[in-house]
Amino acid sequence: MNILSFFVLIPLLMLLGLWLAKSLNQVKGVMVTGASLLLLLAVYLTVDYISLRNAGETAEMLFTQSVEWYAPLHICYSVGVDGISVVMLLLSAIIVFTGTFASWKLQPLTKEYFLWFTLLSTGVFGFFISTDLFTMFMFYEVALIPMYLLIGVWGSGRKEYAAMKLTLMLMGGSAFLLIGILGIFYGAGGETMNLLEIAKLHIPSSMQYIFFPLVFLGFGVLGALFPFHTWSPDGHASAPTAVSMLHAGVLMKLGGYGCFRVAMYLMPEGTAVWGDFFLVLTTISVVYGAFSAIVQTDLKYINAYSSVSHCGLVLFALLMMTRVSATGAILQMLSHGLMTALFFALIGMIYGRTHTRDIRQMSGLMKIMPFLSVGYVIAGLANLGLPGLSGFIAEMTVFVGSFQNADLFHRVCTIIATTSIVITAVYILRVVGKILYGTCKNPEHLKLTDATWDERLAVICLIVAVAGLGLAPYWVSNVISGSVEPIISQLIR
Amino acid sequence: MDYTILILVLPMLSFLILALAGMKMSHRVSGLIGTLSLGAVTVLSYLTAFVYFTAERTAEGVHSSMIPLNFEWLPFTNQLHIDMGILLDPISVLMLVVISTVSFMVHIYSFGYMKGEIGFQRYYAFLSLFTFSMLGLVVATNIFQMYVFWELVGVSSYLLIGFYYTKPEAIAASKKAFIVTRFADLGFLIGILIYGYYMKTFTFTPSEEQLMQAGMMLPWALGLMFIGGAGKSAMFPLHIWLPDAMEGPTPVSALIHAATMVVAGVYLVARMFPLFIAYAPQTLHIVAYVGMFTAFYAASVACVQSDIKRVLAFSTISQIGFMMVALGVCTGTNPHDTGLGYMAGMFHLFTHAMFKALLFLGAGCIIHAVHSNEMNTMGGLRKYMPITHITFLIACLAIAGIPPFSGFFSKDEILTACFNFSPFVGWGMTIIAGMTAFYMFRLYYGIFWGKENKELHAEHVPHESPLTMTFPLMFLALVTICAGFIPFGHFVTSNGELYDIHLNWVVAGTSIVVAIAAIALATWMYAREEQPVPAMLARRFSKLHRAAYKRFYMDELWLFVTKKIIFRCVSAPLAWFDRHVIDQFMNFMAWSTNAAGEEVQPLQNGRIQSYTMWFFGGVIVLSIMLLLI
Repeated sequence: MNILSFFVLIPLLMLLGLWLAKSLNQVKGVMVTGASLLLLLAVYLTVDYISLRNAGETAEMLFTQSVEWYAPLHICYSVGVDGISVVMLLLSAIIVFTGTFASWKLQPLTKEYFLWFTLLSTGVFGFFISTDLFTMFMFYEVALIPMYLLIGVWGSGRKEYAAMKLTLMLMGGSAFLLIGILGIFYGAGGETMNLLEIAKLHIPSSMQYIFFPLVFLGFGVLGALFPFHTWSPDGHASAPTAVSMLHAGVLMKLGGYGCFRVAMYLMPEGTAVWGDFFLVLTTISVVYGAFSAIVQTDLKYINAYSSVSHCGLVLFALLMMTRVSATGAILQMLSHGLMTALFFALIGMIYGRTHTRDIRQMSGLMKIMPFLSVGYVIAGLANLGLPGLSGFIAEMTVFVGSFQNADLFHRVCTIIATTSIVITAVYILRVVGKILYGTCKNPEHLKLTDATWDERLAVICLIVAVAGLGLAPYWVSNVISGSVEPIISQLIR
Repeated sequence: MDYTILILVLPMLSFLILALAGMKMSHRVSGLIGTLSLGAVTVLSYLTAFVYFTAERTAEGVHSSMIPLNFEWLPFTNQLHIDMGILLDPISVLMLVVISTVSFMVHIYSFGYMKGEIGFQRYYAFLSLFTFSMLGLVVATNIFQMYVFWELVGVSSYLLIGFYYTKPEAIAASKKAFIVTRFADLGFLIGILIYGYYMKTFTFTPSEEQLMQAGMMLPWALGLMFIGGAGKSAMFPLHIWLPDAMEGPTPVSALIHAATMVVAGVYLVARMFPLFIAYAPQTLHIVAYVGMFTAFYAASVACVQSDIKRVLAFSTISQIGFMMVALGVCTGTNPHDTGLGYMAGMFHLFTHAMFKALLFLGAGCIIHAVHSNEMNTMGGLRKYMPITHITFLIACLAIAGIPPFSGFFSKDEILTACFNFSPFVGWGMTIIAGMTAFYMFRLYYGIFWGKENKELHAEHVPHESPLTMTFPLMFLALVTICAGFIPFGHFVTSNGELYDIHLNWVVAGTSIVVAIAAIALATWMYAREEQPVPAMLARRFSKLHRAAYKRFYMDELWLFVTKKIIFRCVSAPLAWFDRHVIDQFMNFMAWSTNAAGEEVQPLQNGRIQSYTMWFFGGVIVLSIMLLLI
C-alpha cells in the first residue's frame, strides 16, 4: 500500500476508534495515538522524500499511485507528493498533534468534538496528497463542512452567526471552484482529471481567461483574499482554540496551495492576463490587514487581521511568479501556519483563564502566567519577522524573490508590501505592551495559574518548530524550491 | 583562527542556558555564567586582535581580510544566498575588542548595580543575547548577515529597555525604540534588496563586473542603507528613540545605547566605505551633513536637559554625529589627506565607546547613590563618592578634548579631516566641540559641585559604590587616559596603509582654546553655590530655553504623525470600512438571498385553488407566446 494513503487511513481509523470509544480516556487515547502516528508518518515521509531526492529522483511527484474510481468521468483516486505537499503535510501533522493537546480539557461533548475535528483533518490530509482534481475538491469540502459544526456548537460569542457566515462564504468560493474545475476538465479535453496530465495538455486560452479567475477566487476566499476575507475575523473570534489553530494554521493554506497548484499551474495564460489584477488585491490585503490590526481590541481579531496580511503575502508572492518568490510563498504558508497556530493556542489558553480577549481589560499577565506570556512574546517576535524564527526566512525569501521582478508595477507593489514589516511590529508590540507588561489591575486575574502540562506540550512543540525552521532553513528551502521549479517554468514559458 | 567561532558560540550558549534554566539558578550562579563566558570572549577577542594585527602585512602593505568560517544559511538563487560566517578585517577586529571590553565591564558592573533585582537571571540572559548579536553583526561576511544580526540587536535592545516591564515609561520607550528603528530598517532592507538584485551578490566586496551591472542604482542602495544606519545610530530625525531608551537599566544604556549598538550605523557606513567613495561620493556628503546637523542639534539640546542620563544620551547622539561627519567628509581613500576622516571616525568610535561607557557607568553609581536621575537632587557629591568623581572628571575631560586624554586625539583628527573638506564644516565642528565641553562640564558641576541638596542627602546619605561597580570605572578611566597614545593609524585606515597619527597644531590649538574657554564658561556659570546666570539666561530666552528643553518638539511631531495620522486617519477608518462596508456588503448579500426566499415563499401555500390558477395562467401565457411565434 502506498505510504500516502496512510494519511487518510489513519484519520479514518481514528474516526472508527472514536465512534467505538466508551470513555473520555479512550477518546483521548485514540486521539493521542492517531495524532502521534500522523506526526511520525509525516516526519518519516519528509526524511524519505529528501533522501529520494538526494539519490537523484527527478520525477515531479513521488510516491504516485492512481486507482480508477468512477470511470465515466475519469475520476481517480490518485495521490502523489512533491516538496510543497510534503511540507504542508508536515505542517498539518504538527498542528493536528498540538491541536489535540490544546483541546485537552474541552467540554462538553468531547467525543463528538474530536469526531468532527478528525474528519476535518482527514479532509486536510486528503487534499494535500491528491493529484486528482475531483478527489482534491472532495477532500476540500470534507475539510470545510465540519467547521460549521465545530464553530456553531463549541464556539463562543456570536457563534451561530460566525459559523453561518464562514460556511456560506467558503461555500460560495466552492461554487466558483466547482465551475472552474469543470471548466479545466472539459478545456483539457475531458479525458482526465489528473493534475499532472492536464498540465501537459493545453487548455484553450479563451477558456483559461474565463476559468482562471473563478478558480483563483474560489481558493482565494479561503486564503483570505481582499475583499473576501471578512469571514476570517468573525470565524476565528468565535471558534474554539484548536479549531482556530487548525483553521488559520492549515485550512487557510489550502487556499494558497490550491491557487498555486490548480489555478496557476494549469492555466498559465490565464495567470498572465489576470495576474496583475489579483496582485493589486493581494497587495491591498497585505497592507490593509496590517493597518486594520493596529486598532483592534480583541486578541483574536488582531490575529485574524494579521492572518489576512500574512496570507495576503502568500498569494502576493505566488503572483510575483519567480522561483524564489514562490518558494517564499510556500515558506510563508509553513511559517504562518506554525506561528498563527501558536498564537491562537496561546490566546485560547489566556482566554480560558481570564474569560476576556479584550486587550483593554488585561494587563501585567507576565507576572501571573510567565510561561504563556513568554510564549506569546516569542509568537509575536516570530510574527514580526525576528531572525532565528520562521517569519524572517519566509518574508525575506518573499521579498528577495519579488524583487527579481524588475518592472515598475511589480517593484511598486513589492515596496508597498515591505512596509508591512513595520506595521506588523506596531500591532504586535502594542498587544505585548498592553496585556503582558505593566501591573495587573484586575484583582480577579491575580489568582490565575500558569499553563498545565498539556498546554505546555502544545506550546513547546510549536515553538520548537518555529525556531527550528527559523534557525536551519536550508533544507526546507531546498525541498520547496526544487518542487516549485516545474510549476514556475510552466508559468513563464 | 578557528577559535574565533567561540566568540559567537560562548555568548549564545550562555544565553540559552540562562534563558532555559536561569529561573532555577541563584543570582550569583547566573551572573557568573554570563560574566565568565564574556570573560572568555574578551580574552579570545584580544587574542584575535593580537594575532591579526601582528600577522605579516600583504605585499600592498595592508592587513589582509580573513574569513575563517562561511556557510550558506538560506539559499535564494545560485548567486543570491544568505551566508553566515566570520569576517576578520581591521574594523571588525577593532569592534570585537570594543564590544567585548565594554560588555565585560558592564557584566561585572551589573553584579553590583542589579544586586537583588527581580529578574536578575533574565537580565544576564538578555545581556548575553545582545552581546552575541552585536558580535555577529560586526563579523558579518555579507550585508544580509549584517541585517540578520542588526534585527537581533534591535530586539535585544527592546527587551533590555523594557527590562522593568511594570513601568509604563519603560514599556513605551522600548516600543518606541523598536518601532522607530524598524521603520529605519525598512530603508535598510530595501537598500539590501536593490543591492542584491542589481549586483547579484550580497557580499561586501563585489567584483568589478558586478559593480558595473549595478551602475546608477548603487547610490540609491547605499543611501537607503544609510537610512537604516541613521535609525540605529540615532541620526536626526530618527534620533527620538534614544533619549527615551534611557528608561532601561543604566549599565544597559552604557553598553547598548552609548558604546556599541548605536555605533552600528557608523560601522555600516565604514563597512560600505569603499563603495561609497568609489560610486556614491554625493551620498557620503549627505552622511556628513546629516551627521553635522545632528551633532549640533543634540549638543544644543544637551545644554539644557536636567536628567543626567538624558544629557548623556544627547551627548551620545552628538558624538555619533561627529563620527558620521568624519566618514562623510572623506573624498578619497588616501589616509594622509582625503581619506583621513575614515581613520578619525573609527578612532573616535573606539575612544568614545570607552569614555562614554565610563560616563554612563559613573552616572549609574550616582543614580544608585541618590536614587534619582534629576540633577537638582545632586550637587556636591564629590565628597561622598571620590572614585566616581575622579573617573567621571577624566571622562569629561576626554570628551571635551583636553590633552592628553583619548578624546582629544580622535577629535583632533576629525577636525583636521573636516578642515580638509571645507572650512564651514571645520569651523562648525569646532564650535560643536566647544558646546560639548560646555554641556559636559555643566553636567559635571551640577553633579559634583554646586549647591548640595542637603535635605535629601540628610535623609539618605550618598555613598561610594562597591568594588564590582568601581572597578569597571577605574579600568575604563585607565583606558581613557592611555587610548590616545595607541598608534591607531597602524591598525585601521581607509585603504589599509600605515598612517602615523600626528597633531595638526593649528587645529589642535584652536580646539584646545575653544574647549578651555567653554569649560571656563561652564565653571563660571555652574560651579558656584548660587547660580544666577543660567536662571537669568533661561528667563531672558524663555522660548528658546523651553524649546530646547522640549528637544525642539521632535517627539511631539512624531507622536502627531503616529497617533493622529496613522492611528486616527488611516487605521481606524480602514477598520471601520472593513466592518461597516465590506462586511455589511457580505451581510447584505446573505440578507437579500434570504429576503428573496421570503418573497417567493407564499407561492408554496398549499391551496389547490391558487396552484390551479397559476397553472392555467402559465398555460395561457405559453400558448399566447406560441401563437405569436
